[in-house]
Amino acid sequence: MMPKITAKNLTNDELFYGHKACGGCGESLAVRLAMKILGERTFASLPAGCMSAVSFIYPNMAFKTNAIITPFASTGAVAAGVAAGLKALGIENTYSVGFAGDGGTADIGLQALSGAIDRGDQIIYFCNDNEAYMNTGIQKSGLTPYGTRTTTSPAGENLPGSVTTKKNMFEIVAAHDIAYAATASVGYLEDYMMKVEKAKSVKGTSYIHILAPCPTGWGTPSEITISLAKEAVDCGLWYLAEYENGEFKLNKDPKAFTPVADYVKKQGRFKHLTETDIEHLETQRDKKWLKMRRDWNK
Amino acid sequence: MARKFISGNDAVAEGVRLARPHVISAYPITPQTIVVERLSDFCEDGSLKAIYMHVESEHSALAAAMGVSSVGARAFTATSSQGLLYMAENLPYASGARMPIVMMNANRALATPWNIYGDQMDSMFLLNAGWIQVYVEDAQEALDMMIQSYKIAEDPRVMTPFMVNLDGFVLTHTYEVVDVPEQELVDAYLPPLKLAENMMSLEAPKSLCITAGNNFNMEFKIKQNEEMNASTAIIAEVDASFAEVFGRKYHGLLEAIACDDAEVILITTGSVTGTSRMIIEEYRNKGHKVGLIKLRYLRPFPTEALAKVLKDAKAVGVVDKNISFGYEGTIFTNVNSAILQSGLTPKVHNFICGLGGRDVTKENIREMFDALLSSAAGDSCEKIHYMNVRCAL
Repeated sequence: MMPKITAKNLTNDELFYGHKACGGCGESLAVRLAMKILGERTFASLPAGCMSAVSFIYPNMAFKTNAIITPFASTGAVAAGVAAGLKALGIENTYSVGFAGDGGTADIGLQALSGAIDRGDQIIYFCNDNEAYMNTGIQKSGLTPYGTRTTTSPAGENLPGSVTTKKNMFEIVAAHDIAYAATASVGYLEDYMMKVEKAKSVKGTSYIHILAPCPTGWGTPSEITISLAKEAVDCGLWYLAEYENGEFKLNKDPKAFTPVADYVKKQGRFKHLTETDIEHLETQRDKKWLKMRRDWNK
Repeated sequence: MARKFISGNDAVAEGVRLARPHVISAYPITPQTIVVERLSDFCEDGSLKAIYMHVESEHSALAAAMGVSSVGARAFTATSSQGLLYMAENLPYASGARMPIVMMNANRALATPWNIYGDQMDSMFLLNAGWIQVYVEDAQEALDMMIQSYKIAEDPRVMTPFMVNLDGFVLTHTYEVVDVPEQELVDAYLPPLKLAENMMSLEAPKSLCITAGNNFNMEFKIKQNEEMNASTAIIAEVDASFAEVFGRKYHGLLEAIACDDAEVILITTGSVTGTSRMIIEEYRNKGHKVGLIKLRYLRPFPTEALAKVLKDAKAVGVVDKNISFGYEGTIFTNVNSAILQSGLTPKVHNFICGLGGRDVTKENIREMFDALLSSAAGDSCEKIHYMNVRCAL
């Protein structure tokens, strides 16, 4: 059993610092904490997205470790190349990690990620999921939930916002028989940090998918990022799980969900949702949980 | 030294083996495929100690090579045609980050119409990508350029990715006797890459492929251009040092053949040069003052070297296996600019040929020289000639 990482024993060293992300940004918190756990021998690969846009602006570099911006589609491939290069040079005890957004992972970067997992490359891949293309100004991605108002999925008389559901990245990744995969939320940071710590010792590819609210894109006050990310899990629209040794495991299985309505009503992106829309979200949620509880909790 | 009867693709693989890259990122595409097949054999039999990455696309082939190069390791990849264009966005990425990646490109037509045979539409498309581009004439030059290319690309004064172009099929699949140098000689000539200063390292962590807005971007680009231009000197230097060690030289940026007193000069790249050498001999024997320039590098473009050779020519012809639609052959445009900048006033003609693998015959080369001789004699002559065309269009 690995020792629990808490606010008390977490290092005060900052390896991702001085970036220009918005106040209350969940994604930058996820990157910052991951870097604290991964440490100074980390090589970070970031594709186009908020995190690369706010942290490599010449001459101000926010990563204290080695870091590289990759082509948008190439997080998995560049991180794999970094790992291969380091291995070939005999540079040991390092981590090659990718930090991509939801679009960078589930849409444009899916192919390169699939290739890396297929090869079993020694990388840790983070999907920082804020549920839309935020860097370009809040456009719908493959991980945008049903009913989300974005600048390319408007809500109006004819459409409820986004009409598709979140692409099931966690299970897509697991279907590759990846060495380790996990979902997480910036609302449950100890769980997240434990998963990052676990990924450090995995032989092969790891994937951590963390839900990270974006106050700018979600239309929420910056001070509720953490509580909102917690509520996303508590109301059942997101879940904490792991896949290792070929088995799924739910890390948190709430006896009762908090109301979905409470979660969505706090957010500008969902303000327009009708009771029917919310019922639709609940139906989707219940279907998902039925399956997870049936198949994963043995 | 071993003498082997091998194809152009095999020669590339032999050259890559001798250059000892740390990582090969491989994706198959006709007519390049034999290169990545051979390299996988070499990795399997242990004669090449490299990590062989089966990437899932050309886009990832170059992206992975960028990852490898970013930590200061030596990377190789190879592609062709649609594959080159699929990885296109990564080319300026790698050159802007000054990564000395070497890539072999089997020159092949672009769809549509779909065609797997050789022309130069693909690499011309990427002329502005910030990569050094060399075009080789035969299998021996292909092998030798795999060694020279790393030497040039990794020079601290250059630090620029390098594309070695072979005509699809005509070079990639033609068998020739090739001298394969001893590994010890190559090792001494091309020591292991050490790039910690410019690349990511644990000793001095860095951010790479950074953002530079309108306040700094232009200076990065100007520096890149100036250093690419300055690489002409290093290209000549490496060709000379290579000749000392291996006994073969390629005359740097271009080779001038029988140009000293030539009244008409034909400019070729790649395999057409070999055919043209024979016609030069034939026409010289007949008393025609004809010359040939084998243009080896298109980037950096050898403006000065070209002007020096062309200074007394009355008519200049440029062979292009490509068309920039709505204009003319791309090499023609580049040569014309060099001629104009140098204050020369020869008559200029563009011979567009070999598209989609159409043969470029000895007779076609004779037709080119005849047109140039007639133009030099004062006859009016078409600016653009399409060679070996089936019918009037």
